[in-house]
Amino acid sequence: MSNYVYLVPLFPLIGFLINGLFRKSIPKSLSGLIGTAMILASFIVSAGIFFQVKQEGFQPVTITLFQFIHAGNLTIPFSFLVDPLSTLFLLIITGVGFLIHLYSIGYMKEENAPDYSKYFCFLNLFVFFMLLLVLGSNYVILFIGWEGVGLCSYLLIGYWFKNIDYDNAAKKAFIMNRIGDVGFLIAIFAIIYKFNSVSFDTVFQAAPSATTGFLTAITLLLFLGATGKSAQIPLYTWLPDAMAGPTPVSALIHAATMVTAGIYMIARSHVLYNLAPISQTVVAITGLATIILAALIAVKQNDIKKVLAYSTVSQLGYMFLGLGVGAYSEAVFHVLTHAFFKALLFLCAGSVIHAMSGEQDIRSMGGLKKYLPITHITFLMGCLAISGIPPFSGFFSKDEILTAAYGKNPVYFIIGVAGAMITAFYMFRLYATTFLGNFRGTDKQQHHLHESPSTMTIPLVVLAILAVVGGFLGVPELFAKNSNLLSHFLSPVLGGGEGSEEIPASTEWMLMGVSTILALSMVLYALSRFSKKPELGEPVGFAKWMADKFYVDELYDTLIVKPLNALADFFYQIIEKKLIDGLVNGTGRLVQYSSRQLRYLQSGQVGGYVLLMVIGTVLLFVVQLFLRK
Amino acid sequence: MVPVLLIGIPLLAGLIGFSLKDVAAKSWALFASLLTLGVSLVGICLPKDSRQLLFNEPWMGSLNSHFAISLDGTGQILCLLTAIAFPLIFISTWKEEYKKAHNFFGLMLLSQAGLLGVFLATDALLFYFFWELALIPVYFLASQWGGEKRIAATFKFFIYTFLGSLMMLIGIIYIYFHTRDHSFALSAFYEAHLLISTETQAWLFWFIFIAFAVKMPIFPFHTWQPDTYEQSPTAVTMVLSGLMVKMGVFGLLRWLAPVLPMGTYLWGDTVSMMCIIGMIYASLIAMRQDDLKRMVAYSSIAHIGLICLAVFATTELSIQGVMIQMFNHGINIIGLWIVVFLIEKQFNTRKISELGGLASKAPVLTAMLVIIALANIALPLTNAFIGEFLMFSGIYSSKATVYNVVFTVTAAMTIILSAVYMLNMVQRAFYGPTNALTEKGVDIRMNEKFVLGIIVALIIVVGVYPEPLFRLTQDSVNAVLSKMYVKP
Repeated sequence: MSNYVYLVPLFPLIGFLINGLFRKSIPKSLSGLIGTAMILASFIVSAGIFFQVKQEGFQPVTITLFQFIHAGNLTIPFSFLVDPLSTLFLLIITGVGFLIHLYSIGYMKEENAPDYSKYFCFLNLFVFFMLLLVLGSNYVILFIGWEGVGLCSYLLIGYWFKNIDYDNAAKKAFIMNRIGDVGFLIAIFAIIYKFNSVSFDTVFQAAPSATTGFLTAITLLLFLGATGKSAQIPLYTWLPDAMAGPTPVSALIHAATMVTAGIYMIARSHVLYNLAPISQTVVAITGLATIILAALIAVKQNDIKKVLAYSTVSQLGYMFLGLGVGAYSEAVFHVLTHAFFKALLFLCAGSVIHAMSGEQDIRSMGGLKKYLPITHITFLMGCLAISGIPPFSGFFSKDEILTAAYGKNPVYFIIGVAGAMITAFYMFRLYATTFLGNFRGTDKQQHHLHESPSTMTIPLVVLAILAVVGGFLGVPELFAKNSNLLSHFLSPVLGGGEGSEEIPASTEWMLMGVSTILALSMVLYALSRFSKKPELGEPVGFAKWMADKFYVDELYDTLIVKPLNALADFFYQIIEKKLIDGLVNGTGRLVQYSSRQLRYLQSGQVGGYVLLMVIGTVLLFVVQLFLRK
Repeated sequence: MVPVLLIGIPLLAGLIGFSLKDVAAKSWALFASLLTLGVSLVGICLPKDSRQLLFNEPWMGSLNSHFAISLDGTGQILCLLTAIAFPLIFISTWKEEYKKAHNFFGLMLLSQAGLLGVFLATDALLFYFFWELALIPVYFLASQWGGEKRIAATFKFFIYTFLGSLMMLIGIIYIYFHTRDHSFALSAFYEAHLLISTETQAWLFWFIFIAFAVKMPIFPFHTWQPDTYEQSPTAVTMVLSGLMVKMGVFGLLRWLAPVLPMGTYLWGDTVSMMCIIGMIYASLIAMRQDDLKRMVAYSSIAHIGLICLAVFATTELSIQGVMIQMFNHGINIIGLWIVVFLIEKQFNTRKISELGGLASKAPVLTAMLVIIALANIALPLTNAFIGEFLMFSGIYSSKATVYNVVFTVTAAMTIILSAVYMLNMVQRAFYGPTNALTEKGVDIRMNEKFVLGIIVALIIVVGVYPEPLFRLTQDSVNAVLSKMYVKP
């Protein structure tokens, strides 16, 4: 089956081409169907590959399609790598991708026909690039997918291109990602320089021979790339703005898949990171800082999608914390559970927005519980999962990361738990203000409230089930021997979870208990505080800083954007126009001036010529005299 | 025979064109350019050692100069670009009406003959002859059919290029006197460096380099370029930016770096710094341009700066990247000009600030433009990614300089800046709501779709499967590299 792996990205590519080329002639009902069917086909093939990879003794397979680049003695094949890590991502991408395509059929049905095809065309293209990203057997193919998903993200954020704000959000996403991408690219150049190859196996085998300094440099550069794509400090500010795109896009691209590309890339490169402890520390600390910063901002946001966006940034921080402390398979586990519960939360938000006729402000919601029963229950499941309440999926994955972090440094654990508490708080603030209490919107909105159609609710139910039970794929060894199926599955690539074994079982129980009790208490506190009386006042003091996102956008604007524009103006107005052009035009004028002067010599008056002749003769005579000597 | 036809067809066709009626001249020029394309494709299919790719007859006997032309890998790829470009230019600007069209198309064909001659000549005097032959028609084209400020612009253009050419002629004559048997032959020039001291090479380098630097153009020899691009008729701008720019790069690869290896090596860091300053400088200025033509012009300066930087990096990867990128840059920038032309034709303005919302009126044009713009910022799976990736890798691994990492990192900043100005342009001209001007916009016609379709196809095919271009140019890369100097 793994020999047919090229089919997995091929199906979405075909879907993209059909919907792209025939977007005017294709009927609306068909384009959604084609787009969705293609992803389902990919999912079926991926599942087939999974059952093969799962078998004992499976060896990773590399499938080369053709030679992509070869110059000098560098060859870069266009080839795919099938191993447990890539297979797991295939399942997440095509599985969650399929559900979100299905959901989109209902969600986007108000769009007119060519735009509707355009939407599915871009969404298929996204899945194609995302699959390239995880399947590539070398850094260049990974990078193709990497920039490709960035492009699709750009196109889909700016899907409603008539709105200038959305266009700005799209552009911002692309450019901030590009900043990270340059880091990634330079890392690739350095890898080529050092190892004369970009293939994972060759590079990882040769890595121990390189100096720690070199490895630290390239791992930090790769991490810079990851901070762009996976929205970490300092390049996270594009993700909240990216919520301008249609909500299913936020679910698929900006929650479940694309933003986890950075985690995938670092997990894939874990051999390099293990050899560069400084980089590991940087990754862990960046993750921690992002957890807290984003969680604090989320507490004071009133846009339902913005809250979820900041929570995504924060959850990605946990994954980086996991990567930083060497808990690679735990981080990937969190990618998996997060894909379930965050896709679910976004799709629920979409269902709410749909019911509210486009309203996204939670201050105008409330009491939706009785109007949207399915959305309500599934959203609650998602909230419990993200808050880390046992036995929901988020509990297991977050707990494993926190335990591993404790093993590395207890301070990491404390900060991580603090983040988890804030998460539980803002999620249940969101839940309570949206679904509990009384409805605060207009009468017209209230009249329009309705549960979404079944193409939308079915994905919600499926994802909710996964969000509830998904955690059992990675039950800690603490509960039962060999219960961590996921870690076992990934161990050929990422190695076993050696990190957690150092901690005695009693400590581990205690850590788990502490984090659970704290999270649970925050849930109850938030519920009691917001269910009856949602805060509607203007934030003041520190709360205002949180609501205004700590003014990071403004800071970047003042520090980078404005000076750059000023420099550009200086270059253009002063150096280009005055200095260089002035010099050239001056030279030109000099030439013109002197030729005008010389023209007087040819005045056509015989007297003038005679005079010149005499002067010339005299001059020659004088010169001759001097030369004689 | 192939190289003779490549030069002969446009030359003769151009001369005949002058005597034709205006209506016929357009079709005649298209026909001739398609014929040239056919010959060029035949040339590529021939085996590399075929005698059909060479031609050598005594020319100016007293000076020991020969009419020597041959078609090697570098020549092939640039002749192919030139041969593809002209039909595309003619078709895409088909609706444009020129006064005295017979003269216009005659001159266009003459400049094509000159360009092909430059890429084919293996005799220095002949090279110089074609260099000027390519230039003079363009000078007339710009000054006769250009915009309002054409006289000032072409005057500046003339001053720059004339000074450059003059210095190059002096340089060529100097080298001529230092060849073993007083010959203009390329092979003799390649041996001349053994007889020219390093000190002499050091100053001689600039005599020849400036001519090429002006043509590419490299900062600070570039200020003729935005004005000339802006003022020339778009068809001429396409020739200037898509093809003439390559004369400079080609000159470096064939007539400077291998001829004066020590001079090239000694000034490597200086020129590299000029390139990098120019790249960042031009990218920043491009961000602040409101005129589409000027924006594209500055973006081109940035891209060419990278190509020049890669030549001086003197590595297999970088030179291979240069070969591929010369082709790609030509295709992509012609694509951009076509879009600019179509916009100007329809709305009578090139000001980005006066446009907006074109995407809802002209979705096909928008899709094409977005792909071309993405190629211009070297997104993977577009042609420019292949070239830029190789060039950057090559610059990073360069042994010709100790600043390789610094050069790579600073030059890589333009990867970000290019995204900024390109996406700004796409956003402000194509997205957002329509305004009074763009409200009546319509999508492009069949012939325009056809031309842009070819360009987009080339962008993606080369971006996904560049192997044929690698095969075409590999030998030339090694040949150039073997003659360049890097301190062991």
